[in-house]
Amino acid sequence: MANPIKIIKNGIIDENPTFIQVIGMCPTLAVTSSAINGIGMGLSTTAVLIFANLFVSLLRKIIPDKVRIPCFIVVIATFVTIVQFMLQAYLPSLNASLGLYIPLIVVNCIILARAEAFASKNGPIASICDGIGMGLGFTVALGILGLVREFIGAGTLFDVTVLPEAFPKTLLFVMAPGAFFTLACLMALLNHFRNKKKA
Amino acid sequence: MYLILLLLAGIFVNNYVLSQFLGICPFLGVSKKVDTAAGMGMAVIFVIVLACAASWLVYNLILVPLHIEYLYNIAFILVIASLVQFVEMFLKKAAPALYQALGVFLPLITTNCAVLGVAVLNMQKEYNFIESIFNGIGGAAGFALAIVLFAGIRERIADNDTPKAFDGFPMALVTAGLMSIAFLGFSGLIKL
Repeated sequence: MANPIKIIKNGIIDENPTFIQVIGMCPTLAVTSSAINGIGMGLSTTAVLIFANLFVSLLRKIIPDKVRIPCFIVVIATFVTIVQFMLQAYLPSLNASLGLYIPLIVVNCIILARAEAFASKNGPIASICDGIGMGLGFTVALGILGLVREFIGAGTLFDVTVLPEAFPKTLLFVMAPGAFFTLACLMALLNHFRNKKKA
Repeated sequence: MYLILLLLAGIFVNNYVLSQFLGICPFLGVSKKVDTAAGMGMAVIFVIVLACAASWLVYNLILVPLHIEYLYNIAFILVIASLVQFVEMFLKKAAPALYQALGVFLPLITTNCAVLGVAVLNMQKEYNFIESIFNGIGGAAGFALAIVLFAGIRERIADNDTPKAFDGFPMALVTAGLMSIAFLGFSGLIKL
C-alpha cells in the first residue's frame, strides 16, 4: 500500500482535480464569486468525497461489477443529502449562497471519478487519504479562484475591504464571464511555469 | 404567452451553460467539432425533456404523498440514470440510426449537471407539469445553442497562433468567457 502522505500530496499537487485533470468544472466556475463560497464548496465536496470513497472502498467486494455506477451514485447522493442537512442546520447563510450547487455535488465528476478510479480498487485507509487529497486539491483551487475574483471584482478578501473605496471595481469578475477568464488566466500561468521547467 | 417567455428565457437570458454554469463538463469536453457538439446538444434536449417529465411525476406523485421530499436528490439521480439507460436501450431497438448518432453521448449525460439541475430547479420553483417541460425544453435548447456556437468558434481558433501558455483549455475558457459576455446582453430582456 502506498504511503498515505504521498496519496494526499498526489491529490493536492500532482493530480490536482481542477488545474491538472480539469474535472468538476461546474461548481468551480459557479460558486467562486467569493473566497468564502469557494472554500465552503470545496470543504463540502471534500466531506462527501471522503465518506463516499470510504464506503465505496468498503463495499467494493460486494457491489457487482455491472451495476457499480448506479451503486456509486446512490452512495454519493446519500452523503450529499447528509451534507446538505448539516449545512442547513449549522451554516444556513453558506447554504443559501451555494443554493442549487449543493444538491449538484452528486454529479460532480470528481467524486464519481475517484470512486471508479481509486476507491473501487484500493483499501479503506488509502481511499480516505485519496479523498482528503483530492478534496483539499479541489478546495485550494476553488479558494484561489474565489480570492482572485473577489479581490478584483469587489475589492474585498474574505468579506474584509482591502482596496480603497475610490478604486474602481471590475464588477465583471464576480459575474459569470469573470469565472471563465480567471480560470483561463490561472491555468495559462500554470502552463507557463510548466513549459519553463521543461525548457 | 407565458410559456413562450419561459422558453425564450431558458434559451437566452438564463442560459444554463453561460450564466449558470450547468453542464460545463460536456460543454468543454465535446465541443471540438460542430458535428459532435450538435449530436450532444440533441441528446441533451431529448434526455432533459424526458427527465423533467419523469422527475416531476416522481416528486409530485411519490415523494410528496409519502412525505419524503428530502430524498429528492437520491430519487432524481436514480430517475435520470435509469432513464438514460432506458432511452439507450429503446433507441438501440427502435431507431438504430438515431442511436448511431447519439450513442456515445448518452451515457455521458447521466453526469451532466444540467439534467439534474433543471429537475431540482423545477422542484424549487414549484412549476406545474407543463411549465416544467417548457423550462426543460428552453434550458436544453439553450445548452444546444451554446455548445454548437462554441464548437464553431473553437474549430476556427484551432489553427490560429495563440500564446503558448494559453494552448488548449485556457483558450477555450477565454472563448467561453467572451460568449458569456455576449449572452449578458440578453439579461433583463424577459422578466418572469
